[in-house]
Amino acid sequence: MATREMTDGRFGVFGGRYVPETLVPALDELEAALDAALADPAFHAELNSMLQHYVGRPSTLCDAPRFSELVGAPVWLKREDLNHTGAHKINNALAQALLARRMGKRRIIAETGAGQHGVATATVCARLGLECVVYMGEEDMRRQRLNVYRMRLMGATVVPVTAGTRTLKDATTEAIRDWVTTCPTSHYIIGSVVGPAPYPRMVRDFQAIIGREARAQMLERAGRLPRSVVACVGGGSNAMGIFHAFVDDADVELIGVEAAGHGLDSGAHSASLTRGTPGVLHGALMYLLQDANGQVHPAHSISAGLDYPGVGPEHSYLKDSGRGTYVSVTDEQALEGFGLLGRLEGIIPALESAHAVAWIASQKGRWAADEPVLLCVSGRGDKDVAQVSELAEEAT
Amino acid sequence: MLTARCEALRAQGRRALVCYATAGHPDPDRSVALWQGLESAGADVLEVGVPFSDPMADGPVIQASSQAALEHGVTLDTTLGLVARAKLGIPVVLFSYLNPILAAGSDVLRRAADAGVHGLLVTDLPVGSDPEREAWLGGGPLDFVRLVAPTTPRARMAEIARHGRGFVYLISRLGVTGVSDTLPSDLPQTIAQLRGVCSLPICVGFGISRPEHARAVGAHADGIVVGSAIVRAAGRSVDEAVALTRSLRSALDAPAA
Repeated sequence: MATREMTDGRFGVFGGRYVPETLVPALDELEAALDAALADPAFHAELNSMLQHYVGRPSTLCDAPRFSELVGAPVWLKREDLNHTGAHKINNALAQALLARRMGKRRIIAETGAGQHGVATATVCARLGLECVVYMGEEDMRRQRLNVYRMRLMGATVVPVTAGTRTLKDATTEAIRDWVTTCPTSHYIIGSVVGPAPYPRMVRDFQAIIGREARAQMLERAGRLPRSVVACVGGGSNAMGIFHAFVDDADVELIGVEAAGHGLDSGAHSASLTRGTPGVLHGALMYLLQDANGQVHPAHSISAGLDYPGVGPEHSYLKDSGRGTYVSVTDEQALEGFGLLGRLEGIIPALESAHAVAWIASQKGRWAADEPVLLCVSGRGDKDVAQVSELAEEAT
Repeated sequence: MLTARCEALRAQGRRALVCYATAGHPDPDRSVALWQGLESAGADVLEVGVPFSDPMADGPVIQASSQAALEHGVTLDTTLGLVARAKLGIPVVLFSYLNPILAAGSDVLRRAADAGVHGLLVTDLPVGSDPEREAWLGGGPLDFVRLVAPTTPRARMAEIARHGRGFVYLISRLGVTGVSDTLPSDLPQTIAQLRGVCSLPICVGFGISRPEHARAVGAHADGIVVGSAIVRAAGRSVDEAVALTRSLRSALDAPAA
């Protein structure tokens, strides 16, 4: 199938392994260990048991009657916000931590933007007794104080990153620097479908449970497949996770919603697929926000988890092949989406997921009354309540 | 010229002193003065770093120099302009991340050669990672220098050596660029292992900052690469960087005790 990773670690022309030589043997080792684990029923048995009993899977598929009425089509919510730690990130963090333990690596490195991946990684490291070091931009630490505290409560070391824009991009660069220094004893748990091969396919495969469950749940609850699957895209792990099971269903639209920040023409956004050009960052060729000289352009989004200038190579491929459709909504629209799902359904989504909510809300009349729309609620909004209330106070 | 220079040095039994400086640091004018000073202090090869916004293989010193250069508006083409202005007699190797090279267009290698660049080193393009682009970079007018890391298995060392031109750059230790107090104790064995599969001159970099390091590594390798220590000194003054280079040169040339 066209979207499967090619043998050389690429999706079409995207992906690859653009890393310092020091990491090449570490990536070879990781890839071999990953393939051995995926072929080992004992690995799946332990992972599935923990996903069920520790994470709380399967996550529910929830109808949304009042939101559906507004949209004019039945919207179904895949509730990744109900997972332990409140987001989809733990699916991947748990699986990679189990893999690291199999590889005999007792020290875990992670980067985090909104803090959800950092919290998920700190959580599974506590559970498995692994050392955990999380790199986080200083600006994101300010925006997501609560998550910093949660990570520290679970014994993780949170390292502030003061370089560049002090957000996810710089945290990722710093995590890679750590890994170049410690790769024989550390495993780097990347939180999204980015980075050098095999990370994009590994993270996708560990997140694909979202789409596998949702597809079966749609058939059972709605009696048919969705017309459209909609998810927010920063690096793109929740989107790739829910899209993957539907890629072969030609009648199902795959729609990724990027962060348009202050607007696509403002220069302050994170819409890599909508406005970027192919370039190499953090080990992969992908759509990238960059200037004419190949310097990476700082991203902006109200949502720390979408605030990244690149995007997964498989999304880059889905865009170019036409199989995926990528749209964007602004910070302001996302804030409306954040409030909207709370008021209509009693579900406060993460600001990241609120981008997908806002886009669907803006598309009234796009779908016939019998065309279901599947929305990935990738995380819960508790982490964002303080930031949003501060913004509301500033506005009054 | 790079290959010839390295082999001539080897034939004379002289160790190569490869000095790294970030283009446009501390500022574009002083950058040119610095390079000329490094040449007069005895550098055999100059590595010119192309500033990049996200230097994932670099430690704090080179990161800061790269950031300062970007703030002065230095691009790959500005870098080439500075190289042309400096009119150096020693070979110049561009040291870059891949993305600025990709953005510079398909004739970038020709433009670099015209500016007086002889070699190219790309931090994030390991051997075998992208055969098409590697063939492009290696098939042009520049000597495409490849890197070996302490984690590189022996069979891969041989493969890298086959693809390399000019010299092979051996990374002395795990981690990013930056000064160290001590060198890894197994460095002589790593050099010997690489020597067994590699006919090119071997230059060792990362963490070499002091005359005693230069002397110790020079006893085993064909040359040394000094980066962060020079950049750090250049941040204080060009003279200080030149004086450091002079002391490294004497240490490297001193007869073995």
